[in-house]
Amino acid sequence: MSDLQIKKSSTTYDVVIVGSGAGGGMAGYVLANAGIKVLMLEAGAYFDPQKDSQQLKWPWESPRRGAGTTRYFGDFDAAFGGWELDGEPYTTKDNTEFSWFRSRMLGGRTNHWGRISLRMGPHDFKSRDGLTDDWPITYDEVKPYYDKVDRMIGVYGTVEGLENEPDGIFLPPPKPRLNELYIKQGAKKAGVTVITGRGSVLTEALPGNKDRGACFFCGQCGRSCKVYGDFSASSCLVIPAVKTGNLKVITNAMVREVLTNKEGLATGVSYVNKEDMQEYQVNAKTVILGASAGESARLLLNSRSAAHPGGLANSSGVVGRYLHDSTGSSAGGFLPQLMDRKRYNEDGVGSVHIYSPWWLDNKKLDFPRGYHIEYGGGLHMPSYGFGGGIENMNGMVPDRNGNKKEAGGYGASLKDDYRRFYGTQFGMAGRGTAIARYDNYCEIDPNVVDKFGIPVLRFHYKWAPDEIKQAKHMQETFQEIMHNMGGIYGGPQGPETNYGLETPGKIIHEVGTVRMGDDPKKSALNKWCQAHDCKNLFVVDAAPFVQQGDKNATWTILALSMRTAEYILQQRKALNI
Amino acid sequence: MNRRDSLKALGLSAVSAGLLLEACKTETKPAAAEAAAATEGAAGRQPFEIERDKKLNGEKFFTAAEMETITVLVDIIIPKDDKSGSASDAKVPDFIEFIVKDMPDHQTPVRGGLRWLDLQCLNRYSKVFTDCSHNQQIELIDMIAYPNKAKPEMAQGVSFFNRMRDLTASGFFTSQMGVKDIGYAGNSPGKWTGVPEDILKHYGMENV
Repeated sequence: MSDLQIKKSSTTYDVVIVGSGAGGGMAGYVLANAGIKVLMLEAGAYFDPQKDSQQLKWPWESPRRGAGTTRYFGDFDAAFGGWELDGEPYTTKDNTEFSWFRSRMLGGRTNHWGRISLRMGPHDFKSRDGLTDDWPITYDEVKPYYDKVDRMIGVYGTVEGLENEPDGIFLPPPKPRLNELYIKQGAKKAGVTVITGRGSVLTEALPGNKDRGACFFCGQCGRSCKVYGDFSASSCLVIPAVKTGNLKVITNAMVREVLTNKEGLATGVSYVNKEDMQEYQVNAKTVILGASAGESARLLLNSRSAAHPGGLANSSGVVGRYLHDSTGSSAGGFLPQLMDRKRYNEDGVGSVHIYSPWWLDNKKLDFPRGYHIEYGGGLHMPSYGFGGGIENMNGMVPDRNGNKKEAGGYGASLKDDYRRFYGTQFGMAGRGTAIARYDNYCEIDPNVVDKFGIPVLRFHYKWAPDEIKQAKHMQETFQEIMHNMGGIYGGPQGPETNYGLETPGKIIHEVGTVRMGDDPKKSALNKWCQAHDCKNLFVVDAAPFVQQGDKNATWTILALSMRTAEYILQQRKALNI
Repeated sequence: MNRRDSLKALGLSAVSAGLLLEACKTETKPAAAEAAAATEGAAGRQPFEIERDKKLNGEKFFTAAEMETITVLVDIIIPKDDKSGSASDAKVPDFIEFIVKDMPDHQTPVRGGLRWLDLQCLNRYSKVFTDCSHNQQIELIDMIAYPNKAKPEMAQGVSFFNRMRDLTASGFFTSQMGVKDIGYAGNSPGKWTGVPEDILKHYGMENV
C-alpha cells in the first residue's frame, strides 16, 4: 500500500504567491515590507547569486569551456532549466511550433536575463491602428510604478524624449565598445535611430541601498551577480523580503492547482514537494500567481471545480489565449578594419550598451507595429566556439603582406589569423511586436501529464504575414547597416527561413495568456490583475499583458506587480479581500 | 554600496584584483590541476551536472591510437610559435576527449574522420597517418585544409578537418595559455569608461 497522503497545513497565510521571478518577487517584496504574512512557493531550487553565481570563472574552469550542453546559454549561465525539463514535457498542436524556456530556481529567469529594461510606451497600451485590443490602463496610469521601479531597482540610460520610448529615472550609461561605435555610425547613415541602452545594472551605487554593490564591469550579468550589481528577483526582491521576517519561501514546491471553496473563492494551493515527493495543501486568504505566462495559465486551467468548471478565472474562455512572444531575427559579421586591434578590457556591462528603438512610421510599411534592434560586439572572453568557422572568414581579407589568403588552412599562419580576427565580430538582433491573436494559445493537453501527474500545456502558435514581413524588414535593415559599417557579412535570410524569424517562444518574452480587461466576457482579469471570477486571486507575471510592444517584458511585469500588490494592500484595508 | 565595497564583498581589493591578473599570466598548470579546478567550486552547480561531469570524466571514448592521431592533428593546426605553446601543450587532446563525450554529436564525425584519414594514408603511403613522415602528413592535410580548392572527392576530409580546426581553436583559446595568447584583458573588476582615447583617435571614432 502506498503511503501517499495529502498533508494539510493548519496555518492560514495572508497571501500565498506561486513563483519567485520578477512578478512573484515584486509582489512578495511589497507585501512583506507592508507587514503581510506571505508564503512563496518556488518550483525550483534555492539560488542566491552571492553564493551560487559562476561569475568571474575562466573558461578553463569549465570542462566544456563554457559550452551550453547542460545550460543552453552556456556552462556559467544562471539558468537552472532550459527548453526541455526532464519529466516535465509540453506538447504542440496541429504541427505548430513553440519553444518554452523554464528556469526552476529562486528568481526564475531573472537570474540570467539580458537586463534590457524598457518601458512600454503610450501607444503600446492604446494602439493607434486599432488592430489589437487596448489595455484597460494607460501609460500614464503605469508611469508612477515604472518610476518607483527605476528608483528601487536601478536602470541606466539616457533621456531622449522619444514619444513611444518613455524615459525613466536613469543611472549613468556605459559607453559603447569600439565595434558598437561602428554599428552606431552605420545605423545612423541608414537612417536608423541609435540611442544608449537601458539596462538594470548599477553603473553607480543605487542611492539609499546598502545591500547591493555597484557594477564592476565584468560583462557577465547572464551569470547573475555576486554583489547584486544587477537586477535578479532573487537578489533584489525575494532575499530582502525574507529578511523582513514576513516572507517564507518553500523551494522545490511544484504547485498543482489553486484550491477554491463552494463560493468559488480561492482558499490556498496544493503542491508537490519535490524533495519528499509528498502532497501538501496550504491555506491563504489571497492567492497570487507569478509562475510565468505559461505556468499561470496552466495552473488556472488545471484548477477546475463546480464553481469554475472551465478552469479558474476562465468563464470568458480566454485563459491560454492571446499567447504572444516577441519576434526575433538576427545578423552578424566582422569588421576587417579592426583586425589586429589593440587589446584592452572591453567587458563593459552584461546588458546592451546601445540599441535602436523603433524609428519608422508604419503608414509607409506593409506590416503593423515595429521592432527594436539590440547590438553587440567587442573583445569578449573566449569560450567554446571561439574561432569557429574561421574558414568562412580568413579567405576574405588579405594577409599581413597584403596577399589574398586561401580560406581555411592550419599552422602558424592560422594561429596568427585567430589573433588577427579576435574582437572584429559584431551582431544585431531585432525584437519586435507580435500581434496577440485569439488563435495562438496554450491549453491543457488532454492526454499528457508530467512526472508529478500534473496535466501539461499544449501549444498552438503560428506566425502570421505581419510578423514574417516584419522579419523581412529586419533583414533588409541589417544588410544596410552592415554595408554602411564596412563590415563583411553574409546575405540576408530569405523566405526559406521566414527571414530568420525565430520559432515562437525562442525570444522568451511569452505573454498574454491571462489577459486583463474591463469586460469579463473578453478578459480573465480586471485592470488590477484581479480575477473577474474570483476576487482573491491575482496574476502578476506577464500573463495579464493585453498586447506587448516591442519592449522586453520584465520592466512592465515589475511595474504591474508592484501596482497590484499596492492594490491588494488597499483592498485588505477596506476589508474587501 | 559603492564599487570599492563591491570589490571588498568579492574578496578583491585593487591589489588582489591585480594579483588575479598576475595569476593568469603564470604558465599553464598541468592538465590534472586544470581538471581539478574545473570540478572544484560546486557552489551553484546542480547535482545532476556534478554527477554528469563525474561520469563523463570516468569514461574513455578514444582509443590510444586515436588520441595519438588527434595529438598530431591538433599540433599541425595550432603549433608552438614564439608567442605560445602548441595545442597539445595546452592539453587540447584532453579537451577533445571530454567534449565528444559531452556532445555525442561529435563522436561519429571525429571517429569516422580519423579512420577516413588513416585509410587515405594507407592507400597513398601504405601507412596509417601517425606512421607517415611529416611531409606525407602535410601533403595529405593540404588536400583537406582548404575548402575552396580541395578536390570534390576529398569533401569528407574537408568536413572532418573543419571540425578538428574548430575543436582545436575552442580548446586552445579557452585554455590558460590560449587566453593569454589571444590577449583577452577582461574578467577583472574595474571601471569601464569607454574605448581608450588613443584607440578612438586611431580609428577616427572620437565623435561618434
